[in-house]
Amino acid sequence: MENPVSKAVVTVLGFDSKGIIAQVSHVLFIHDINILDISQTVVSGYFNMIMLVDITSPNCSFDVIRDDLNALAKKLGLEIRIQKSEIFEAMHQI
Amino acid sequence: MINTSEIMETLRMIDQEKLDVRTITMGISLFECVTDDEDKLAQRIYDRITTQAEHLCKTGEEIERDFGVPIVNKRVAVTPAALIMGAVKHPVKIAKALDRAGKTVGVDFIGGYTALVQKGMTGADRRLIESIPEALSETDILCSSVNVASTRAGINMDAVGMCGRAVKALAEKTRDRDGLGCAKFVVFANAVEDNPFMAGAFFGPGEGDSAVSVGVSGPGAVKRALEDVRGLPFDQVAETIKRTAFRITRVGQLVAREASRRLNVPFGIVDLSLAPTPAVGDSVAHILEEMGLEKCGTHGSTAALALLNDAVKKGGVMASSHVGGLSGAFIPLSEDIGMIHAAAEGALCLDKLEAMTCVCSVGLDMIAVPGDTSAETISAIIADEAAIGVINTKTTAVRLIPAPGKQVGDRVEFGGLLGWAPVIPVHPFSSADFIARGGRIPAPLNSLKN
Repeated sequence: MENPVSKAVVTVLGFDSKGIIAQVSHVLFIHDINILDISQTVVSGYFNMIMLVDITSPNCSFDVIRDDLNALAKKLGLEIRIQKSEIFEAMHQI
Repeated sequence: MINTSEIMETLRMIDQEKLDVRTITMGISLFECVTDDEDKLAQRIYDRITTQAEHLCKTGEEIERDFGVPIVNKRVAVTPAALIMGAVKHPVKIAKALDRAGKTVGVDFIGGYTALVQKGMTGADRRLIESIPEALSETDILCSSVNVASTRAGINMDAVGMCGRAVKALAEKTRDRDGLGCAKFVVFANAVEDNPFMAGAFFGPGEGDSAVSVGVSGPGAVKRALEDVRGLPFDQVAETIKRTAFRITRVGQLVAREASRRLNVPFGIVDLSLAPTPAVGDSVAHILEEMGLEKCGTHGSTAALALLNDAVKKGGVMASSHVGGLSGAFIPLSEDIGMIHAAAEGALCLDKLEAMTCVCSVGLDMIAVPGDTSAETISAIIADEAAIGVINTKTTAVRLIPAPGKQVGDRVEFGGLLGWAPVIPVHPFSSADFIARGGRIPAPLNSLKN
């Protein structure tokens, strides 16, 4: 059997404002998710962040994490997505 | 380690280029249901499907959420019904049981109201084909197919005649919906046993108890990639299509593997077909136009489609452990906005579509023809298409809608993934005496190729 999925990619897109990273990180923190890597740019006020996170042992289901991130996205007026990393690996690695 | 630009590329393909997984299709064998008691057979079929596919939709939705890739349809394909209805005198009863089972598990379509009659017809085959108009007009999500020809058996012209009449009767019975029933019925030559796409999906007798197969989509992603090689030689066009098809297929393979693991059902195949939808930016015709054709259907379309179909297969094959189904490029008329416009503007006619089916994955698909087209003419169109499949050792199919009361130039609305179509003309000259002959067209010689 293959190893269970352990990583996910969080992408955040939208207009920049204070505290985006703090609030996204907070949601991940309360679910016991470790951030492995962050890449972030702001181009003419447009915020773009990609996080690689470890979801090997979160304290809740993947659906709950996504729902909480969606709620935050609504509050901040951003687009936040979390996807298991295998889809990116499948498409870009042989 | 995946990098930022790769992540953004994947998101762009999903968001802007409409990359999706068209369907997860669970094949279910119904052989274990066989009995000579009709009511008991119907009940067993219902129980078998609702047990085996109980978690199919929920699992599909979970995978969709986990990977953030849309999975448009969940479907069930079953053993060709005629094979298990040897003793059934009222096939519509079984059709309704299949439809009910599909609705209970929540799938979009259930396929397999099917007869394989490429060489001969059993009583059950005959009863099934004759029941198709009633069965499909009295059910909602059931799809039906008949295989009338194969390279090894030739063309069963009696069956071709019956299918033409079935199409006409089905259109008439669903007159209030512009003959929509015909969208659920396809006539094949060289049908494949593991096709996950509707209306032609069935789970062939050579399959096991159950399997999950996946059909991908993504013409928008191919079109977008080709925008980067405008004006360059075809070598680059082919390379670009291969690379994109590889990525699209990898998504299909991932989804298929996950579905197989989570449902604990063996993985069947990934079907590489580029399936369009009527949405803007999801068109196979627009890929051909991106290659340099003013309108799909003009001279050069067959060559462009041949290149596309071949490159999609070459790119996709390496991305999946098992490739099967219809794998290639689909050219359904009503389900592709570029095809719709080309037909409406007169660039694309039935004869050119027929030529294009010689080099693409299936056949004359979702084409609206005038309501007064005779059953014999429809049969003759089926025979032509079957001949192309038989001689070229490929799958071909016909799904025509003789829309009742509609004339050339009228518009037929199907809705949803099925789209809309302008009614296009058929030849006015009769084929009635040709179809009236019946019998079989012998299997072709496979050497002395000229």
